[in-house]
Amino acid sequence: MYSEKFQKSLAAVEAAREANIALEPRRMTAQEKTDLLAAYHPDYKQDEFEVLQIGPNKGDKVPKELAKTLQAHSRITADCVDLETPDYDVDVLVIGGGGAGASAAIEAHESGANVMIVTKLRIGDANTMMAEGGIQAADKPNDSPAIHFVDAFGGGHFAAKRELVQRLVCEAPEAIQWLSELGVEFDKTEDGTMVTTHGGGTSRKRMHAAKDYSGAEIMRTLRDEVLNRNIPVVDFTSAIELILDENGNAAGAVLMNMETKELLVARAKTVIIATGGAGRMHYQGFPTSNHYGATADGLVLGYRVGAKLLYAETLQYHPTGAAYPEQIFGALVTEKVRSLGAKLINANGEAFMRPLESRDVSAASIIRECSTRGNGIETDNGLAVWLDTPMIEKIGGEGTIEKRIPAMMRMFGKYGIDIRKEPILVYPTLHYQNGGLDITRDGMTTNVKNLFVAGEAVGGIHGKNRLMGNSLLDIIVFGRIAGKSAGATCKNVTVGKLTLDHINAFEKEIADAGIETDAVSPKLLPDYTRNVNA
Amino acid sequence: MENMVNIYLFGKKYSVPENLTIMCAMEYAGYQLVRGCGCRNGFCGACATIYRIKGETELKSCLACQTKVEEGMYVATLPFFPLVKQVYDMNKVTPSEAVMMQLYPEIYACVGCNACTKACTQDLNVMQYIAYAQRGDFEKCAEESFDCVMCGVCSSRCPAGISHPQVAMLARRINGKYLAPKCDHLEDRVQEINNGTFTELIEALMQKPIEEMKELYNNRDIEK
Repeated sequence: MYSEKFQKSLAAVEAAREANIALEPRRMTAQEKTDLLAAYHPDYKQDEFEVLQIGPNKGDKVPKELAKTLQAHSRITADCVDLETPDYDVDVLVIGGGGAGASAAIEAHESGANVMIVTKLRIGDANTMMAEGGIQAADKPNDSPAIHFVDAFGGGHFAAKRELVQRLVCEAPEAIQWLSELGVEFDKTEDGTMVTTHGGGTSRKRMHAAKDYSGAEIMRTLRDEVLNRNIPVVDFTSAIELILDENGNAAGAVLMNMETKELLVARAKTVIIATGGAGRMHYQGFPTSNHYGATADGLVLGYRVGAKLLYAETLQYHPTGAAYPEQIFGALVTEKVRSLGAKLINANGEAFMRPLESRDVSAASIIRECSTRGNGIETDNGLAVWLDTPMIEKIGGEGTIEKRIPAMMRMFGKYGIDIRKEPILVYPTLHYQNGGLDITRDGMTTNVKNLFVAGEAVGGIHGKNRLMGNSLLDIIVFGRIAGKSAGATCKNVTVGKLTLDHINAFEKEIADAGIETDAVSPKLLPDYTRNVNA
Repeated sequence: MENMVNIYLFGKKYSVPENLTIMCAMEYAGYQLVRGCGCRNGFCGACATIYRIKGETELKSCLACQTKVEEGMYVATLPFFPLVKQVYDMNKVTPSEAVMMQLYPEIYACVGCNACTKACTQDLNVMQYIAYAQRGDFEKCAEESFDCVMCGVCSSRCPAGISHPQVAMLARRINGKYLAPKCDHLEDRVQEINNGTFTELIEALMQKPIEEMKELYNNRDIEK
């Protein structure tokens, strides 16, 4: 179903398919990877970054778009709500209804706390729902948490906080067990052995999956459990400002109904930020694989009350975003496609790299192929390379694609591309926020008491680059940690007088730094509406 | 100039580029979406949509983020549908036919019209998975319903008032928790970790200088 202009390159891909299947492209050396990243990875484009002038990370570089939203005005003034008569009063306030928020809420509830979830769209409208490939856990005999540790720490360029990596890898098998007991259907063989594959940068096959709906299967199960426990979910309501108490501890949030714009006050003994990522900020103009609400809200909420960010300058560009057709431009093509054997092929039919390098290296390699090497294929959305999906059926046998990656088959099938017979066109897409708020091993921010963070809004777990399958893992592990910690902490918290004084203090910082901006934040939703009066 | 088509959003006519999805066409027309928009990639079920092509009688359904506009398309989004979600304790549920009888008895009122299957935005055989649920065959129900995004269009078309996605959700959880084979290597590993089998190894990694970590990483052996 590809038009005429693709046919020549397509023929080259087909002609070389058998040879490319047999080919084992060599591993890049550490030096080659370093050079490749420096020359081609978007994180290294200095003019796309800006130095923060105010706040706890003053002096640090972050993407321009993030700098703008971190240094923007609050949506409200300190006196616009009555803090003395809260609309909600709870032990644990969870902001965000994705996998991390739901896990946190379940564990906080389990610990006996009075917990509520507030989410700006619906519970489950989150990147978790869209995670396709799987979740890592070192539970096979040839594997161990120590091997997982080395993979994750090295993949993240030795920058991760080791006490966080330790919890990530050591609590991974238990996380899988917890999910299984909630009823998540992992792919298994008849004797119960987990079906596991490689992900980019893994040294053992430890990717557990539920077909290519891994995140969806986890998310819908967690959501069902939240509802079964009657945990209140206040949906279509965003947290737009944290509330501190007179002692400077987190003590709630100002909420806004997304439809009526009504403002509400939630008082809480502990607050968990589980607001997810930032793909919809479209850093450097990249398309994104993220859900509609991924606008870095939690980073803004935390930053304004003084919580520190870690590695906010590092983003993950997933090597294989859909580049064609334009209706799905930027959508995720799961790494599992490569785990199952599909290789990346350039316009001339050459397998130009080992398919499962870590994500940043793979993305940079594709960008190089399409830029200086001139081996990209032109589409209406820019250049792209082939991902030769028919290889999967040749390697794994007919029916492998339908069985293992049905969502991919459906996504392209809707536009007349049968991925069992034809390769697909891919290009890197903005996928994940590696950095975020700095936390301790118990999930609390390092400098605002009673403020916890879980999920993609955390920085430090993955260093400067996350491996496939470690994000679904971290939302469960650190979601549970935050829920348990908040549930335990709230028992000893007496909330002092509530205040929004930090808004005025931040405004003063903006003015003192001479920042002139009309931006307000958090952004909440991207603006895709055409200006019909332009 | 792009090729334009005429579509009708909630009955009102707009001219939009023909290559857009329904969701992007709404934004092109000037809507700022809050409801009816989630992952924008076909996984979350937020953008269930019902449409009819002018001059045709058949009512069709789709996800707005996954479907291209067509000339003469009358579009009504279904951003929320009141599904019945029963509340249960997974630890007390038993994998028997009686569970469905107790929690979702309306499935036995299915009249076999197949409207659910015809309406499914994921092309699932919805009526078939309900039939499996009726029989207490949770494994088959789970398999047949696996790709469900819980958009609710099936239920909107059901004369028997069945909340199909919630029935399937229960079946999948029962299957995952009780019926799927137990994983021994997982239980063994959790036990080993709790026994401290890896504590020393991990502690060593916590202390190792970065240069040594680099050595370890760059020379690690990779499973074929």
